[in-house]
Amino acid sequence: MTDLLHIDGVRKVFSGGKQPDVVALDGVNLTLRDGEFVSLLGASGCGKSTLLRIVAGLEDPTDGIVWLDGHQVWGPGRDRGMVFQQYTLYPWLTAIQNVEFALTELSKSERRTVALEYLEVVGLTQFRDHFPGQLSGGMQQRVAIARALALRPRILLMDEPFGALDAQTRGLMQELLLTIWERDRLSVLFVTHDVEESLILSDRVCVLGARPGRVREILDVTLPRPRSYAAQDTPEFIEMKRYVHGLIHAEVIHATGLETVLETAEPL
Amino acid sequence: MSDILQDRESSTWTAPGSKGVLSRNRHRMRLYESISRRTYVTIAIVAFLVFLGVWSLLSYTHWVNNLFLPTPTQVVQALVNWYQSGTLLPDIKDSVTRILLGFIVSTAVAIPVGVFMGTFKHVEAAVEPPVDFIRYMPAVAFIPLTLIWFGTTDSQKIVILFIGVFFQEVLLVMDNVKTVPRQYIEMAYTLGLSRWQILRRVIIRSSAPGIVDTMRICMGWAWTYLVVVELVGADSGLGFRIQTSERYLDTATIVAGIIVIGILGLIFDFAFKAIYARSFPYMKRKGR
Repeated sequence: MTDLLHIDGVRKVFSGGKQPDVVALDGVNLTLRDGEFVSLLGASGCGKSTLLRIVAGLEDPTDGIVWLDGHQVWGPGRDRGMVFQQYTLYPWLTAIQNVEFALTELSKSERRTVALEYLEVVGLTQFRDHFPGQLSGGMQQRVAIARALALRPRILLMDEPFGALDAQTRGLMQELLLTIWERDRLSVLFVTHDVEESLILSDRVCVLGARPGRVREILDVTLPRPRSYAAQDTPEFIEMKRYVHGLIHAEVIHATGLETVLETAEPL
Repeated sequence: MSDILQDRESSTWTAPGSKGVLSRNRHRMRLYESISRRTYVTIAIVAFLVFLGVWSLLSYTHWVNNLFLPTPTQVVQALVNWYQSGTLLPDIKDSVTRILLGFIVSTAVAIPVGVFMGTFKHVEAAVEPPVDFIRYMPAVAFIPLTLIWFGTTDSQKIVILFIGVFFQEVLLVMDNVKTVPRQYIEMAYTLGLSRWQILRRVIIRSSAPGIVDTMRICMGWAWTYLVVVELVGADSGLGFRIQTSERYLDTATIVAGIIVIGILGLIFDFAFKAIYARSFPYMKRKGR
């Protein structure tokens, strides 16, 4: 596998006028190989979404460079497909129109064909003429995934895409994403604060520490592929889960300044 | 321990004056409760009949002098006379033409300016302070000035409508545009759209329902200014007819004129709602 994405010494400082500057990310390095699924895992406020937005080109790093396929990232582009948590679809367009939205270089009939193809991947051809308001939250995210895939991006960037869904739907969406990943061997950078989610999906989990956001540890998830929901019951998974929870727990306590209050806090 | 718990529980349920949670549902009209279309229409008709009843009671019994409050019959008669004199339809036509021209000119300027104010802070910085300044000047205060400039022409009326409507409308359009969720824009960027494509395909499209609602509200204001401006200096139109009727103490025609304006306003409002429902089928609203 060749390297696809290099995050090279990325630092992000938010300076907000009268408030003191906030260092959201400091010296973050991460490399993603072609076809690899990597999660950015961390508690809220650790800068994981900021890092993803920098890769997407929606934020500029204060320092450092993001390389994609050997080219420096300047602003957003179609080579990186984005899936947000909320407001992911345009409510005035039907499901299929949302998927067609950015396929402007194709003719009308080609657009339709491609859009249908990707709606089928997410199992929503029957709902192609529904407006987002008529679809459940999970269905909306499936359309959003179809739209991102339809542009054939080099990498899929997902910012807590299932965070607003109920637990059952979230599980199904994870399995769907696994199926798509197995099929296309996509490269995915996936932001989540859900330990189980990151483990079931990823090849590697990048645990971020907070204030400033730094890579705390990068774990190889050795669970065999193809994976299913059942993998969560294996001792291997449970062992990893316990370890990562411990890491995150310590980070959160440190970030929230609760060391002096909570008995369970262990020194970092 | 268990005693304390029991005490607490029982005090919750038997506190004097409290009827408990269940009894709340016994009210006839619950908060935000939706009602059937039939009930809605029935209530509306009953309310209208009550209004008509009170009016009839006060006028037919001469409780109030008919010089001040004409009877419904007199008003209908005045309307028929007005129609037969051949001035009702031209009056309506003149008023509607003026209001449409004034409204279209205001809106045609307000939408592009408002969209740019909402999307580019530079434009907002340049335009909002003067707009705010003029906005607080009452439009009717400009009537004498515009009469000197334009006389009692239609242009004068359109200018007053413009002053009255534009400066409010442009700010409302700006706000409509500002409420477009940032993620729609960011999404469009990641989908490879350019700034201008985003403006056209996302920002304008996303704020369109809000802008149509803004237009509907502004149309209401336009009617107010139209009638004021016709009352002060005009030789035709509904406002003018109301004004001349006052000279002859023809209260029935005055009331008839007010009712005609009300009906026309309702028609315009209805048209906007129909446009809204037709253009934005994805915006299903309750109670509309």
